Amino acid sequence: MSATPVAVNESGLLGRVSTGGLDTTHGAVLYLEEISVSFDGFRALNQLSLSIDVGELRCVIGPNGAGKTTMMDVITGKTRPDAGTAFFGQTIDLTKLTEAEIAHAGIGRKFQKPTIFEQHTVFENLELAMKADKRVRRTLLAKLASVQRDRIAETLRLIRLQDAAHRVAGLLSHGQKQWLEIGMLLMQEPKLLLLDEPVAGMSDEETERTAELFLSLAGKHSLVVVEHDMAFIERIARKVTVLHEGGVLAEGSMAQVQADPRVIEVYLGR
Amino acid sequence: MMRLYGPKAWIALGVAAVLISVLPHFLSSYWVTLIGKIMCYAIVAIAMDLIWGYCGILSLGHGLFFALGGYAMGMHLMRQIGREGQYQSDLPDFMVFLDWKELPWQWWNTDQFWWAMLLVVAVPGLLALVFGYFAFRSRVKGVYFSIITQALTFAAMLLFFRNATGFGGNNGFTDFKRILGFTITSPETRAALFAVTGAVLIATLLLARWIVTSKLGRVLTAIRDAETRAAFCGYNTVHYKVAVFTLSAVLCGIAGALYVPQVGIINPSEMSPANSIEIAIWVALGGRGTLIGPILGAGVVNGAKSFFTQAFPEYWLYFLGLLFILATLFLPQGIAGLAQRWKDKRV
Repeated sequence: MSATPVAVNESGLLGRVSTGGLDTTHGAVLYLEEISVSFDGFRALNQLSLSIDVGELRCVIGPNGAGKTTMMDVITGKTRPDAGTAFFGQTIDLTKLTEAEIAHAGIGRKFQKPTIFEQHTVFENLELAMKADKRVRRTLLAKLASVQRDRIAETLRLIRLQDAAHRVAGLLSHGQKQWLEIGMLLMQEPKLLLLDEPVAGMSDEETERTAELFLSLAGKHSLVVVEHDMAFIERIARKVTVLHEGGVLAEGSMAQVQADPRVIEVYLGR
Repeated sequence: MMRLYGPKAWIALGVAAVLISVLPHFLSSYWVTLIGKIMCYAIVAIAMDLIWGYCGILSLGHGLFFALGGYAMGMHLMRQIGREGQYQSDLPDFMVFLDWKELPWQWWNTDQFWWAMLLVVAVPGLLALVFGYFAFRSRVKGVYFSIITQALTFAAMLLFFRNATGFGGNNGFTDFKRILGFTITSPETRAALFAVTGAVLIATLLLARWIVTSKLGRVLTAIRDAETRAAFCGYNTVHYKVAVFTLSAVLCGIAGALYVPQVGIINPSEMSPANSIEIAIWVALGGRGTLIGPILGAGVVNGAKSFFTQAFPEYWLYFLGLLFILATLFLPQGIAGLAQRWKDKRV
């Protein structure tokens, strides 16, 4: 889905939101209820309801135009829904926060096309993403503490870019850029990761390593993975949600979903 | 200190500082005024580079901030004339000519130097803060931002052309006599203004360098290259853009305040859209995102301008246009990029 996003004009006066406030006492980290979004009369999301549990790894599939990217836009504050509610934990109303505030609250997002800071080095990309006070004055005076250097080094090892730390990120291969972007998300220490086509353009070996990484992240973080690569989905999937025409068509294990005649008709059967 | 520049660059800066303090004693007043003026433009060029080169926002209204700083200084200089004007009145001549009986409210307290200095930074700063906040919050970007800033300076020019605005209409302010009690045209005062301008230029360069080598500088370039990613990393990009726009405007205001006593005149033509576009040309020619480049760009263009406008006045604009086209075609990184290429080749 690449329709023009609805302009978001509100800007919070404080560049942060208290992150201690995430209340997940009911076991769920994300609740979407009857979300609808229209672009020029086209219903990108049609009363979509979805909830993600703490530590869950959820795969979301669906044909092009099913509303997968729009759903991520709503969760991250890029698009405001016309109707419906979106809550992070029990108390944080996502429809009222800016993108930066949502990032501070603990939601990280990887875009379909790898979006990194191409002119900065790999190290600097991770430094910029790292969880910190991100207000202007604090950023001007910020100095890297050794604990923070260690965190960056650790992430560099995890995404296997330790030898490329001081290379300009624009020179990385497509797969490495995907990994760098995932590394940047992890530096933010998010509670929920939204990953839009994370293995697109990766070699088989890179894809396999990504699968291992995601499986190791689940539990500590909640993950929502949107992917077209069915082999990858089968490798990591626990619970799968199938979107179609802006709503949830089916939900369950991979086997259940694959056996669902409606799913076969709109998607897998084609 | 070493984060800012290497030892060679510090030595070069030291030499520049010495030159600035001794040069005015050896040069004719023509050269003192010309170089002093160019140093003011160089401050503007650094301010422009901060916002355009590093943050990717092309403001075509920077001439307005420069002029506002100049007007604030000009008001104080007008008050310093005292009763030595044509009409020997306490009011500036143009007000007597318009048959005004008292100073309009904008002139309140402008006989105080400190108040005028406050206006020099506060007026451009507040305008940029408010204008920038609404523009960036509404996600006005790229060429649209350039156009509205251009419209802003044009609207301000029309406003300042009116006598009723209270700033001398199309004649602006001139015929200054004194600054801080010193005769404004005396060689000693000129040398002092020259030295102060040089010191502010060096301070501006170091401040800008400090910013761009900090994490804040890396966030600015991150916003330039991938604004959405920066926002999703948790940076409130509106605040960053407003901050750099405001700082840039304040620097321009200071440059304008240094410019007016040296050239002896300020009028609304300083707000003409062409002036703001010229600032962008200095930066493009010098090399965006290099700080030193824009200083060179301001020097080269204005040096050439003062030569051309005397030797072949009618060809200046053709030459400027040609310079801009050639720089765009052959020097995408500007003069600073060219120097870098030579350096790389030698190694």
